[in-house]
Amino acid sequence: MISFVVETCIKIAVLLGALMTAAAYLVLVERWVAAWVQDRLGPNRVGIPLTKIRIFGLGQPIADGLKLIFKEEFVPGHVDRILYNVAPIVTFVGAIAIYAVVPLGQVDLGIANWAPVDLTIVPKFDAGLLFLFAANGAAVYGVIIAGWGSNNKYSLFGAIRGAAQLIAYEIPLSLSLIAIACYAGTLRIDDIVVQQAQSGVWNIVLHPLAFVVFFVAATAEAGRLPFDLPETEQELVGGFHTEYSGMRLMTFLVSEFLHMITAAVLIVLLFLGGWHVWFLTGAEPVAGIGVAILRILVFVAKVLAVVFFFMLMRWSWPRFRFDQLMALAWKALISWGMIQVTILILWYSWWESLVLSQGWPATLCLAVINWSGFVLTWVVTAMVSRPHYDNRPRRDLVRLSQPLRPGSLDNRFQNAMVCDP
Amino acid sequence: MEPNSSQIRWVDESPLGLGERSYLPLFWDGLTTTFRHLIGPKITVQFPEERHQFPDPLIYRGVHRLNRDEQGRVKCVACFLCATACPAHCIDIVAAPSPWPDREKYPIVFNIDMLRCIFCGMCEEACPVDAIELTSLYDLSGKSRDEMIFDKEKLLSVYDQTKDQEPPGWLRAKQQLGADRETSPGQS
Repeated sequence: MISFVVETCIKIAVLLGALMTAAAYLVLVERWVAAWVQDRLGPNRVGIPLTKIRIFGLGQPIADGLKLIFKEEFVPGHVDRILYNVAPIVTFVGAIAIYAVVPLGQVDLGIANWAPVDLTIVPKFDAGLLFLFAANGAAVYGVIIAGWGSNNKYSLFGAIRGAAQLIAYEIPLSLSLIAIACYAGTLRIDDIVVQQAQSGVWNIVLHPLAFVVFFVAATAEAGRLPFDLPETEQELVGGFHTEYSGMRLMTFLVSEFLHMITAAVLIVLLFLGGWHVWFLTGAEPVAGIGVAILRILVFVAKVLAVVFFFMLMRWSWPRFRFDQLMALAWKALISWGMIQVTILILWYSWWESLVLSQGWPATLCLAVINWSGFVLTWVVTAMVSRPHYDNRPRRDLVRLSQPLRPGSLDNRFQNAMVCDP
Repeated sequence: MEPNSSQIRWVDESPLGLGERSYLPLFWDGLTTTFRHLIGPKITVQFPEERHQFPDPLIYRGVHRLNRDEQGRVKCVACFLCATACPAHCIDIVAAPSPWPDREKYPIVFNIDMLRCIFCGMCEEACPVDAIELTSLYDLSGKSRDEMIFDKEKLLSVYDQTKDQEPPGWLRAKQQLGADRETSPGQS
């Protein structure tokens, strides 16, 4: 029992340390990518203090953190003190709780009489996907509490937007999760990863539609551009964290980055094969120390690649208008997720029995069906979408305020136009 | 104007094709543009160590200078055109009778308040003798307001400092004239 507690505490400490460092340095990477995309050099000055050594600006996160710690924590007089103080904590807990079920495989330390150590804080959690989903959804409470407790119209607007957006995008997210759980036949995340590793076919190859839905919905859940409606700086000052400063603000910003890492981690786990790479990491759940380290590195590399794509995406596509955001969730993504679930249901209840041999021919058939469904869905969505951008003035909606009087300037001009060939 | 006025021509955008409605070309355009800039050349420089290189320093509007003529005298004839043209009223000239026979007046005081100056270049445009010019020096700083009022000596020293990189207008005009004469000797 004691050894179990100690083991779990060590895992929590390592993971917390790694995540905090990752979040701090991802802020730096985000600033670098932003600078490079905008043809600038980016932060590259802060190195070791009191020396002239600049290590590509790697001291920047420490300087930023120190600055935020030593800033005044100003609490405006008009806020609800309890909610105002609780909100950053709720957001942070919601963001970090997910990592309890992120599996990194099992490692055999090679010591006699020791069971293989599971590199997950909560190993063999049967309802892992459900937990993950619940923790992800809980983060919106922080946003709502912050907006409400700030007692500020801009904050409340941000919070309401955040709530509407997160609720809307939970549905496509859960639909694609249902598809993945349906295919894997389990809610345990480590089993989903092991299944991808052992079959050697990642879910992105097999279920492209679910991947696209999940990717967009996870981006929206993380509140990344082009879905950062809860904190649009141009419209809402700072959205739900307008009234926050100092450490509380830092907690919000760190949770935001944790959400982004979470989205990347989920995409990697569910669709990009987790720690698995062909011919390199093996496919057995239990690995030796060397392979375990290799698996962790592969996992981190995949997560960083997805995070990098998120950062590029931020500067590539403009932010959605709010009605466009809602239309994308309710009209497009939910139907897409339902199509994916329907395909899988039909496959398991009917089509699979038509394929005579099991094993790879069945998988190939499913992949073909999924891909054709994906292309068909995309084309049909394009065909039924409006042929115009809808922000033009519409002539049929312009009211004729008064009929043209004979002899008025307009009328004469019109006659001239008519007479002139 | 009424929205149904016949003077308004309603222009319809051509409807989007299937490719555009699928958003794929837009995704591709956005990502490739971002990626091109990500790996492309950077336009900012490491400022104190490395200085920005102007494609043409002669058209940059930085710190002013007072030009000298061939004999090293101040070129200004104290006509007050620059002070009149200045929209920020930052030029202060005190004229005196000229000791030289080729002009009537010269400035004994020529002050420019760099804190008021908006670097619009109107003074350079107004000057009839190309005496005041804007250089490409841009990192201008001082420890007090008085220090930022540049007097005649300082403006002349700016000229001494920058005349090699940026030859004054009268010299350029002269060289241009000489070059023209060389290329077309028959017309002179």
